[in-house]
Amino acid sequence: MNGEILSIFKIIVSAAFVDNIILARYIGLCPYIGMSSSVANSIGMGMAVTFVMVLASIVTWVLWNYALVPLGLEYLRIMVFILVIATLVQLVEILLKKNVPNLYRAMGIYLPLITTNCAILAVTFLGVDYGYTLFQVVVYSISVALGFTVALVLLAGIRERLRLAKIPSFWQGYPIVFIATCLLAIAFLGFRGLVK
Amino acid sequence: MSILVPTILVGVLGLAFGLMLAFFAKKFAVPVNPLVQEIERVLPGANCGACGFPGCSGLAEKIASGEAPANACPVGGPRVWTELARLLGQESGSWEAKRALLLCQGGKGVAQTVATYEGVSDCRAAHLLPASFKGCRFGCLGLGNCVRVCPFQAIHMDQESGLPVIDWERCTGCGKCVAECPRSIIVLTPKREQVTVACVSPDPGKEVRKVCSRGCIKCQLCVRTCPEGAIAFENGRIVISREKCTLCGLCVEKCPTHCIIRVGEKMALLEVKG
Repeated sequence: MNGEILSIFKIIVSAAFVDNIILARYIGLCPYIGMSSSVANSIGMGMAVTFVMVLASIVTWVLWNYALVPLGLEYLRIMVFILVIATLVQLVEILLKKNVPNLYRAMGIYLPLITTNCAILAVTFLGVDYGYTLFQVVVYSISVALGFTVALVLLAGIRERLRLAKIPSFWQGYPIVFIATCLLAIAFLGFRGLVK
Repeated sequence: MSILVPTILVGVLGLAFGLMLAFFAKKFAVPVNPLVQEIERVLPGANCGACGFPGCSGLAEKIASGEAPANACPVGGPRVWTELARLLGQESGSWEAKRALLLCQGGKGVAQTVATYEGVSDCRAAHLLPASFKGCRFGCLGLGNCVRVCPFQAIHMDQESGLPVIDWERCTGCGKCVAECPRSIIVLTPKREQVTVACVSPDPGKEVRKVCSRGCIKCQLCVRTCPEGAIAFENGRIVISREKCTLCGLCVEKCPTHCIIRVGEKMALLEVKG
């Protein structure tokens, strides 16, 4: 029992911080750069990604273990997983449009783009590749989404301050954002070795 | 057999997800103002952004809520404006369609070239240089930014003169070229026959004569010629009043440098050549 709790804890720490999906794996940079202009929007994006990520990993895990593997159709995985993700994104879009129209408008094109957000596809792939159980997959995807949100909110906070900073003209806009991202990634490198 | 299983699997999954989405889309449907949809149907649908709103749907919402006027779409022209005004229950005023017009005739062999430009083939880049490769600091650079920016392919480069030619049949008056031109020599003008001074140089005649044979030399012959008194010399430039002008064409004939041109109903093409 003790060992199981420890392994779950390990999954959380490694997924959220050590192997942070953005700052260590460099996956899903498009929404990361696109939606980090304000803290409020970045939290909204983080929640949308969390919702899609967790649901997608559960559905894909079930499909993988009870449909694709028994039928020997492992090669269909990209197609089926993308189908699941696209459906879930549509669902989130419908829900947001109805319930949080302001966030829906703020997200604009980045909401449909979650469909092709490789972070979500990566999590569904890694979840089955690591051979996790369903419970572990849920924990794993929540942790990855947490790591994504943390990175997004951190960058949004930095960018809100950058707006007041005096930046050389050739660094203004996205260049300085990427430089800030690099520094964040270096800081996250400090988590390396935390989980053996 | 081996093709059947994956086909059925993906097919069933797609069908299940599709039905689920259809169900949710119905359940959580957001009622949209039908007026917005109707306005969007009338708008041209080019999504060019000339109105300053994100696409035609963005403008449709603003028009429906009254934040934008019915004639906010420059591309649509009077036909769309009247239709929108009718939808909104407004009076359709005397809105006039606009067309882009190039106010420079300084092409090859007309305007002096003082240097060879070998930089990026872009008007804005050339305009950033402290000096001009053309003798005139105000004339057309002829590098074709307006041609590239036009969403309606209404502008092409005339090989002979090296100047852009605006086709008024295709031009919608969206004003993208006006905003793009770093020398601000493209203007929007009402779509109708008119005479206009095709030179913006404020330099005195002596200077203009040195660099261009089609520039306005401020001789004011046109002012004296006009029988209607429609032409005036104000703040160092020739101004032709559209209200008073009767299109008699005397100024066009008299102008010693041929810089007053007659612009037709259909074409902004510079009529005098050579």
